[in-house]
Amino acid sequence: METDLSPAEQVKLQFGDDIIAEPVTKDRIVSVWLPLVKLKVVLFYCKQELPKPYPLLYDLTAIDERSRKKNQPAEQPGSGYSSSGFTLVYHLFSFDRNEFIRFKVALLGEYPTAPSICNLWANANWYEREVYDMFGIQFEGHPHLKRILMPPTWSGHPLRKEHPARATEMGPFRLWEEKQDKEQSALQFNPEEWGLARSSEDSDFMFLNIGPQHPGTHGVLRIVLQLDGEDIVDAVPDIGFHHRGAEKMAERQSWHTYIPYTDRVDYLGGVNNNLAYLLAVENLAGITVPQRAQVIRVMMCEFFRIASHLVWFGTFSQDVGQLSPVFYMFTDRERIFDVVEAVCGGRMHPNWFRIGGVAQDLPKGWETLVKKFLDYFPARLKEYDAMVLRNSLFKARTVGIGIFTKEEAIEWGATGAQLRACGLAWDFRKKRPYSGYENFDFEIPTAENGDCYDRALVRVEEMRQSLRIIDQCLKNMPEGLFKADHPLTTPPIKKHTLQDIETLITHFLGVSWGPVIPPGESMSCIEATKGANSYYAVSDGNTSPYRMRIRTPSFAHMQMLPYISKGYTVADMLSILGAMDYVLADIDR
Amino acid sequence: MDDATIDQLLIIGGVLGGLLLVAPGLIWLERRMLALWQDRYGPNRAGPFGLLVVLADTLKLFFKEDWTPPFADRFVFTIAPGIVVITVLMSFIVVPFAPGVIVSDLNIGLLFFLANSSLGAYSIILGGWASNNKYSLLGSMRGAAQMISYEVFMGLAMMGVVLLAGSFSMHTIVEAQKDMWFVIPQFLGFVIFFIAGIAETHRLPFDIPEAESELIAGFHSEYSGMKFGIFFVGEYLGIILISSVTVALYFGGWLGPDFMPPLVWFILKTFAFICFFILLRASLPRPRYDQLMEYGWKILLPLTLLNLMVTAGIVLLNKGI
Repeated sequence: METDLSPAEQVKLQFGDDIIAEPVTKDRIVSVWLPLVKLKVVLFYCKQELPKPYPLLYDLTAIDERSRKKNQPAEQPGSGYSSSGFTLVYHLFSFDRNEFIRFKVALLGEYPTAPSICNLWANANWYEREVYDMFGIQFEGHPHLKRILMPPTWSGHPLRKEHPARATEMGPFRLWEEKQDKEQSALQFNPEEWGLARSSEDSDFMFLNIGPQHPGTHGVLRIVLQLDGEDIVDAVPDIGFHHRGAEKMAERQSWHTYIPYTDRVDYLGGVNNNLAYLLAVENLAGITVPQRAQVIRVMMCEFFRIASHLVWFGTFSQDVGQLSPVFYMFTDRERIFDVVEAVCGGRMHPNWFRIGGVAQDLPKGWETLVKKFLDYFPARLKEYDAMVLRNSLFKARTVGIGIFTKEEAIEWGATGAQLRACGLAWDFRKKRPYSGYENFDFEIPTAENGDCYDRALVRVEEMRQSLRIIDQCLKNMPEGLFKADHPLTTPPIKKHTLQDIETLITHFLGVSWGPVIPPGESMSCIEATKGANSYYAVSDGNTSPYRMRIRTPSFAHMQMLPYISKGYTVADMLSILGAMDYVLADIDR
Repeated sequence: MDDATIDQLLIIGGVLGGLLLVAPGLIWLERRMLALWQDRYGPNRAGPFGLLVVLADTLKLFFKEDWTPPFADRFVFTIAPGIVVITVLMSFIVVPFAPGVIVSDLNIGLLFFLANSSLGAYSIILGGWASNNKYSLLGSMRGAAQMISYEVFMGLAMMGVVLLAGSFSMHTIVEAQKDMWFVIPQFLGFVIFFIAGIAETHRLPFDIPEAESELIAGFHSEYSGMKFGIFFVGEYLGIILISSVTVALYFGGWLGPDFMPPLVWFILKTFAFICFFILLRASLPRPRYDQLMEYGWKILLPLTLLNLMVTAGIVLLNKGI
């Protein structure tokens, strides 16, 4: 087979001319339109048969095209495709090629149907459920097509354009008695509905409802366990209690005023969320971020990476019963927040990156603060190694628990430390550098066994690598602008407004409407604190996004839970959850 | 009433009053100590050094709604917390605080202690069962298995001391340590006894029946108000009991240089062990339930048997000579 052909051309060669690649994409991801009937065969081909295949189903989502302004690439003359109903978007990733590919399928009709790809990828299950929940698109052949984020009693599909975006558009909320009964009975767990047996040949199973309020779940997560004694036969995670409609909110905020909402997606990751969002937006706007702003961004991202890992480390050790480390680690996190506060003004939700740069220049004396932390922290990490990682009871609770292999990790869409703990040295900061990460010297820590303990090892080592990066930022902070000199940066630069009418008008519009981002589609991908985080921004040339898809790592990881916790005990599941490092807002958005 | 009876009543009153006063005080102690080790302040507002937090806690527990879940077995649910307090207090009958300061120097003292701590397991089992809650059920199953198993090692570990002292009476055992504390010849026995003691009191690292992050509060998930408070008091009484029995069996009880009265020596030694209990809680993670059982039956049991046989052999040899 000719390997010098691009994957799009190979697919075309294999499956015919009605497969059309978009000529240009803003994010330079090959984007291919498929006819619905060829969807499964093409995806199967890309996963299994293509030389250097695409084994990772990175994301699956949909776009409601019905009110999109018709100036899209898909409408370009000669493309032959125009989606006027819904578009399904599949993002695949190839580790061999280090490349994404995007497949799009146009669907017609109000409530269209598409074939399910659950038998191709295990992790398609939840993604398809989400698309069904949000858009009302049916997937034929899906084993359990139920709502996933919205309550089962919800009417309507929120990401459809006709669904209201604000509570004020929905009339006052009332919980009369019948409604309350209905809601409560909807929460009753019915094993048969999930295909779970109530008893086996020799024992009756117990169904243990864990959460949504439970000290071990770190948030409003509900898991129903099917137990034989204390052994887990199966588990059913129930998510969505933390769903706030972050994607829907994007469609009513301006490009600029959406930034604070991103903070709250992975609420431990702070500016990492801003970065993932802004990379997509800046790509659409064609803004090049100045060097200094890039390095500032990298530095703050790494600070937040350490802060997030510290929370995980403390709560993980608390999950296995160690009471004290969490206090030490939160104290250290406070020291990070000292720096964050001085730089950003905020703490957990700094809302500090802006389109085209950052909100402000670094404050005077920032070097001293950063230096102080760099001097302080390594000794503490060493202490934690002795206190937690080398503790034999801690090892007894985590070594050999929740194992999965590299292949399983890819099949389920696991990224970040979960993937690296299986031995695949894959870090998007290194492999697909963004924001100038290519200029930094750091390693990708990996481990061998893919168990809970290895995930811990990888994350702890990552903190050390983050320190290295921060140190390099400190020593090599370039001079220059902290925000790009570009008409679409927000708030716009005011320098020339009183000399030049064009600049004055752009400034006026930028301030009063917010920036108008040129039409197009762009997906960013960053190595966030918990894994690969992406924003797939769709603009139709308006002041707010037409569609904003947030691909979060925790969603994929939580989907693995039943698969990796079968056969272990209740206590082990807490280790598995602890080592997973998820944030409920990151799952539910 | 003769003097002896009055003395006896005074001792009973003193021991009971003292224990019931100290047990809640431990709440304050534990919280302050934990805070000290965890770089925090702990309760420091109510009264000097936050001491009145004990009072505040007690008052709060009294005035909280004492709720019995409608699905619980009312009678058993109510008596369960009482059992642990009663059995632990009964055990204190045989603890020699100082020469003459002992409620009753039974000649089967240690057996009495063992019997009572076995009965204490009922509190967990009944409390968890009567709650009719899955978490409580899991907690009480774990608790029952853990307490009954560790009872075995505890009893076997103590036999070394019995062999050396030639008596089950706690008073005689303390007297027998005049020349050397039993912790030296019986070091292994001491370690096993203490580990079993932690498991008996189900304190961290062996708080598996409660296992906050897994089972919410385990066997007492459904308890509130003063019923919960009594479980709490029972737990602290248990700590005092295990500490003081450890002192009596292995650390010479009230024995110590003359510049302090025997009772003070006893209290000081016990206090040190109580602090050790708290330190353990601050530092160790919790093993899994099956790991704890495995550890008990596969490691502790052979070790205790070995300890017992070697001690018996040495005692026999000495007798022979």
